[in-house]
Amino acid sequence: MSEHSTYVPGNAVEKWLDDRLPVVRFAKEHLMDFPTPKNLNYWWTFGAILVMCLGVQIVTGIILAMHYTPNVAMAFDSVEHIRRDVNGGRIIQATHAVGASMFFIALYIHMFRGLFYGSYKAPREILWILGVVIFLLTTATAFMGYILPWGQMSFWGATVISNIFTAIPLVGENIKQLVLGGFAVGNPTLNRFFSLHYLLPFIIAAVVALHIWALHVPGNNNPVGVEVKDSRDTVPFHPYYTMKDLYGMVLFMIPFAWFVFFAPDILGHPDNYVMANAQVTPAHIVPEWYLLPFYTILRAIDFNILFIDSKLGGVIAMGGAMLMLLIVPWLDTSKVRSGVFRPMFKWFFALFAINFVGLMYLGAQPAEGIYTVMAKVCTAYYFIYFLVILPVLSRIETPKPLPTSISESVLGKNAHA
Amino acid sequence: MSILLMVSRAGAGSVICASYGETDLSTQAEHSSTNRRDFLFVATGAVGAVGAAAVVWPLINQLNPDASTLALASIQYDVGPIAEGQSVTIMWRGLPVFVRHRTPKEIEEAQAVPMSDLKDPETDEARTKPGHEQWLIMIANCTHLGCIPVGESGDFDGWFCPCHGSHYDSAGRIRRGPAPKNLVVPPYEFLSDTLVQIG
Repeated sequence: MSEHSTYVPGNAVEKWLDDRLPVVRFAKEHLMDFPTPKNLNYWWTFGAILVMCLGVQIVTGIILAMHYTPNVAMAFDSVEHIRRDVNGGRIIQATHAVGASMFFIALYIHMFRGLFYGSYKAPREILWILGVVIFLLTTATAFMGYILPWGQMSFWGATVISNIFTAIPLVGENIKQLVLGGFAVGNPTLNRFFSLHYLLPFIIAAVVALHIWALHVPGNNNPVGVEVKDSRDTVPFHPYYTMKDLYGMVLFMIPFAWFVFFAPDILGHPDNYVMANAQVTPAHIVPEWYLLPFYTILRAIDFNILFIDSKLGGVIAMGGAMLMLLIVPWLDTSKVRSGVFRPMFKWFFALFAINFVGLMYLGAQPAEGIYTVMAKVCTAYYFIYFLVILPVLSRIETPKPLPTSISESVLGKNAHA
Repeated sequence: MSILLMVSRAGAGSVICASYGETDLSTQAEHSSTNRRDFLFVATGAVGAVGAAAVVWPLINQLNPDASTLALASIQYDVGPIAEGQSVTIMWRGLPVFVRHRTPKEIEEAQAVPMSDLKDPETDEARTKPGHEQWLIMIANCTHLGCIPVGESGDFDGWFCPCHGSHYDSAGRIRRGPAPKNLVVPPYEFLSDTLVQIG
């Protein structure tokens, strides 16, 4: 990408540094001069918003770890201690807890953006796969973080999820004991989850660096999905997109701040303000909202499939629903990236998005009556969308004519308006 | 590990190259020293792999249940004070355990169930101790995903798991719902008429 650089060391010190460690040149090439399609809309600001979310979680998390005690006898009280006694702890703890939800809102929007505009298609498959890896790591981190307050939902959520391992034939029980460090969720579990919850965000940060590296090789996709042809299609990242991203961040912080200041507990579950009790199960175990779609898929398989019993079947379906994302670049073989120019895809995608919200809703409902039927229908559509609709549409759909360049699409729009 | 070895191989080759010349090298290497060098390469790699595994294993094994957890593996409990029709929940190895003093009606119902009605066929006799049929002792975690079922409820006069709707009968056997197995009976024995050792 050095051909985009206009960097000339301004003085002898910069020249000296540039010959030895060209960090200034690197920053100028990748953070300032980087040629970016000039038609990116606000859906593209969520990448920067996610970097901000990760930063917020790491900073608040490091502070919380200074006051938190990972021991089954003290963990619950230490979180209350943070909320009541620590200077500003009420806000810092709320920011971290609400921040997890905001992180997932941004993450899901970012992923659906990629799915609609075909950002996973060649030459951006590795970029997409790294993104899925970040999603999986974030899910694991959030799950472990939810255990730490040691409330009833923490404990029973961990119990239910760790029992998933027992669905694995033969070695399942041993794997579960290895993960928990005991026969049930207990102090060893809390300690190791705290350790890993502290570690994983830094691994995520490293994968984010790879993700951005993989982005800067082909450059950004854009709303029309036509590759950049010449310099008329692009603007420098700074100041055009630094400002647009900053504006997006500010807008994003408004609901974030509202939750933190006025409703810090609204996204949580009241049962988690009751200390963990190994002898009493809450009447209705629900995971955090961002895991609900996959929880619904887990529960939807309540029937045996050939020699696979319902429990293992549910686990395979849930894992498959997440891992499915890794192969999307090879399921959707349509040459047209952007959903804007795909008249049929557009509707199936809209239905997929609604279906995903439906799965989320169903995960919070009891597994009985009409809900179990709907859960099966929604789960079926989730898989059919990826495994049948995407490959078939790629063959039969006639896309609308594409603009010859980004520049033309932008100017054409203006001419009509 | 292997990258390091390959680098050192290439390095050794270039030294020979300098002293014998390029054309000599290819014939000499192929005929005399290739086999020995390959052997050293594979042998070093194998020892390295075993060494790496030996280092990694304790780092993983530390995750397994520790000595203090395993030390709780056996407990004694006096069931005498439990009245007929009453259940208590005690802890064993960090797991909740139901101890139920069953009524004659419940025992009768459990014994009358035909095996063909059961998802995980097991007789009532196999789940209790002879002469102590009134005592039902089993781990209180639903075999689906580990919630604690509610006693004296469900459609089979036994337990009902509120999490995902599994019904167990009065012998703790799965009758309906997603759970694959009967509630697990831990290893236990009666030391006297009322003293039970679990584990």
